[in-house]
Amino acid sequence: MADRPYLPCTEIIGFLADYLDGELSPERKLEFERHLAVCPSCVAYLETYRETIRMARATTNGPRIPIDDAPEDLIRAILSVVK
Amino acid sequence: MFMNTPSRQERPGGDNLVARLRSGDGSAFEMLVRTQTPALLRVARRFMHSEEDARDALQDAFISAFRSIGAFEESAQISTWLHRIVINACLMRLRTQRRHPEEDIEKYLPKFLEDGHQAEPSAPWCETAETVLQRTELCGLVRRCIEQLPDTYRVVLLLRDIEELPTEDVAQMLGVTPNAVKIRLHRGRQALRALLDPHMRDIA
Ligand SMILES: [Zn+2]
Repeated sequence: MADRPYLPCTEIIGFLADYLDGELSPERKLEFERHLAVCPSCVAYLETYRETIRMARATTNGPRIPIDDAPEDLIRAILSVVK
Repeated sequence: MFMNTPSRQERPGGDNLVARLRSGDGSAFEMLVRTQTPALLRVARRFMHSEEDARDALQDAFISAFRSIGAFEESAQISTWLHRIVINACLMRLRTQRRHPEEDIEKYLPKFLEDGHQAEPSAPWCETAETVLQRTELCGLVRRCIEQLPDTYRVVLLLRDIEELPTEDVAQMLGVTPNAVKIRLHRGRQALRALLDPHMRDIA
């Protein structure tokens, strides 16, 4: 059991999205976590990958990003073509 | 079932407005454009590379929305419906102006050694989404890095991670398989991560 080979980093990074979405089988998830327990590089990759998604969302669509007023010339242009 | 829905007539943007739009009521029309434009323009700006293109896409969207108001299902929210139409208008415009050849994504993907280990070990970041939000220049940096992604991947990242649309819907909108959406999303996130990495690392 203990000398069972670990998954390579390629497998971890390749299936990260499935892991985060909870789409791996229980056996596969176990193998994933066994690798993460001994590989700080993959742990860092996983955490920064997750933070990338959060940063993208927070800086483009988060509640803290104010919605500007609509430019009046644009509204007039739209109304003139659709009316 | 919808008999139980309370006060349907009072819902803003509800049936009353839809009926007025269908009957060609110009003031209903104007009200819709005025109330929805700010949020929709923000969506269009995320997808398009210039302010002018974002405005043109929004105009396309309103034209197609008013042509197809008859197809609007009353059980849906008009804002959600318009949101989809704006995204489709943006995708259509992006398809016609796609840059050829598109930048190669490979250079942003992690490299591996023959034994399967990462060629360069990954390191933790000192910044988080929360700390980034507190600094205008970092917010701008994240947005510029997203803008730098090749469109094929950028669009999927926007649709999945930012608009938060389901994989199946994105696949349908782009005319590709759900698996292709998953692959593009993963690559797009990896590329964005690589672009952000030098700026976010703990340089202690
Ligand atoms: Zn690893």
